[in-house]
Amino acid sequence: MANLTLVQAINLALIQEMELDDRVVLLGEDIGRNGGVFRVTEGLWQRFGAERVVDTPLAESGIIGTSIGLAMGGMRPVPEIQFEGFLGPAYDQLCSHAARFRTRTRGRFPMPITVRVPVGGGIHAPELHSDSPESIYVHTPGIKVVMPASPYDAKGLLISAIRDPDPVIFFEPKRIYRAFREDVPEDEYTVPIGKARVVTEGDDLTIVSWGAPVVDCMNAIEAGGRSAELIDLRTLYPFDMETIAASVRRTGRVVIVHEAPRTCGLGAEIATRIMEECFLSLEAPIQRVTGFDTIMPYYKLELDYLPGADRVGRAIEEVLAY
Amino acid sequence: MPVEPVYRAEISRVSILDEHGRFDGALGADLIPDADVVALYEHMLLCRTLDEIAFKLQRSGRMGTYPQNMGQEAASLGAAYALDRRDWMVTCYRENAGLFWHGVPPELILLHWMGDERGNHIPADVQATPISIPIGTQMLHAAGLAWAEKLRKTGAIACTFFGDGATSEGDFHEAANFAANLDLPVIFVCQNNGWAISVPSRIQSSAPTFAQRGLAYGMESIQVDGNDLFAVVYVMRDAIRRAREQSRPTFIEAVTYRLRDHTTADDARRYRDAEELAAWEKRDPLVRLRGWLESRRLWSPDQEAAAKERSQSEVNAIVARAEGIAAPAAGDFFNHMYAELPDELRRQRDTMRTSSLGQDPSECSREPSPPPSPAHAH
Repeated sequence: MANLTLVQAINLALIQEMELDDRVVLLGEDIGRNGGVFRVTEGLWQRFGAERVVDTPLAESGIIGTSIGLAMGGMRPVPEIQFEGFLGPAYDQLCSHAARFRTRTRGRFPMPITVRVPVGGGIHAPELHSDSPESIYVHTPGIKVVMPASPYDAKGLLISAIRDPDPVIFFEPKRIYRAFREDVPEDEYTVPIGKARVVTEGDDLTIVSWGAPVVDCMNAIEAGGRSAELIDLRTLYPFDMETIAASVRRTGRVVIVHEAPRTCGLGAEIATRIMEECFLSLEAPIQRVTGFDTIMPYYKLELDYLPGADRVGRAIEEVLAY
Repeated sequence: MPVEPVYRAEISRVSILDEHGRFDGALGADLIPDADVVALYEHMLLCRTLDEIAFKLQRSGRMGTYPQNMGQEAASLGAAYALDRRDWMVTCYRENAGLFWHGVPPELILLHWMGDERGNHIPADVQATPISIPIGTQMLHAAGLAWAEKLRKTGAIACTFFGDGATSEGDFHEAANFAANLDLPVIFVCQNNGWAISVPSRIQSSAPTFAQRGLAYGMESIQVDGNDLFAVVYVMRDAIRRAREQSRPTFIEAVTYRLRDHTTADDARRYRDAEELAAWEKRDPLVRLRGWLESRRLWSPDQEAAAKERSQSEVNAIVARAEGIAAPAAGDFFNHMYAELPDELRRQRDTMRTSSLGQDPSECSREPSPPPSPAHAH
């Protein structure tokens, strides 16, 4: 066991997969000598060389487009997009090509690509460095979307993502990159894609969240003293409805928490699925605590935008008031 | 079948005041009146001071991430000096000197880096777009602005600034292609400062110059010593003529160097050699210009000391203005989302301190509606 931050856990997963499989290559902006702007790839360029840890030209479309070619050519590319706000230029290659190659070639060209992307706000960063665009990619058929909220899950999920035969966007919540440490096995292990994690068990209500807000939910539960079952979704597509439904059938009350804007956020899909599958168990309307349908504000107001523990706590009391 | 060259090209480099203080009298004569050179030097000094104080503000927690401009003052300032106030400056984030000269209030730039959108609210009479954060996107906007000025026959042009790394983005190539093929009066100023964060410029281009990128799209392209204020003004005047008189674009590669980290979140010592930095410190545009002024007896150590003091107090006043602006109200980020706030967004704003939207738990204590009478059952 090693006591690691989320950043260190990802770094360890990359090392182990690169040791194990020489088809794994990393590419991106500043990931080489500099070890990435968040130091996620620290030491890898020195360890594996510039052929496998590649500083590319400054071009996100180029990074994803050539990853597609690398994948077709038999490699296992792990591109990094430096911040979620820079996914824009890569969108065409991701959604028009990576997501579709398997199906449009009837399986001839699968896309075993893992796109690592730091995501979310709360670090006083400039604009386009704090967004939460996960729903866009959840809504894009052909892509899997993963977002760990703990060091243990980050390592196990990243290994699963790299081994997965399909394109995976691996969102890394930058607010908790170094927020806490956790025991992480030094040996390799996997956390399956598509399985949620029950963080705390409880009987009064179910809270569903993912990424950095999971920590806010834990704080809200601790402060409020209610018996809440907190589910960290971990995989956003395909998400684990089984775990959610089993919990909701027991508790009858639901709060969904995400940083992304409310309208067409993944919370809307989860709420609908709960309505479809657990309607007879519901005791209260499903509550969402989310970002607003606005541009993510610059950092002076970012805490007003983010769904902090206070707002989560109020939502818990509201669903329990029914 | 004969094989014949169908095209040959060369890229010229312009230097007027070189790093050793040699001045090309033929090109440099009457280029800038002496009084203006003094004013431009003092402006560079002010920007340098602001840069240093901004760094300290970040380190002491009074400002967020900030990208220092140090070493690159001459390129954007020379361009802004050559432009008219009616012309557009479309920049990224290492053009403080030019933006301030063009009329952007310095406190706005600080406010932006203090995490406040209002720092982007450029006064209506200043022809500048806000600092562009995503790399290599703003050159297309400059092409569009130049296009609009051309359609409206105003005679104004657009000048856009970007780094060497930005020329790797697809948008740059689209902007250059639009500008050349649609005859747009736009000037592309590439500040080749050697580094895109930690990635050296050789990873962005294998060609010996970045100016060739403009040439590839069929526009006049030239390289200039970007730390030489005189040379920048010289090539800009040529480009401005071409834009105003012929409605043709120009690509200018201004060779310069980022003397500090990419931003305050970066540590360039991890990837950059001390020798390289030391060599470029000798080419500092401020040192060079001051030497020229002193050699002409236009500047003295006393004036230098007085100007530094003035810069300090002026920057202190700028910081006070930026910090004196009251924090935005909690719901400020709802403002300016649309010309008219949609009802749903209004509701989100009005209830942002609560999580519940649209329903009141107390309503569930009402008596349930009676079941429909049998008469209505069919």
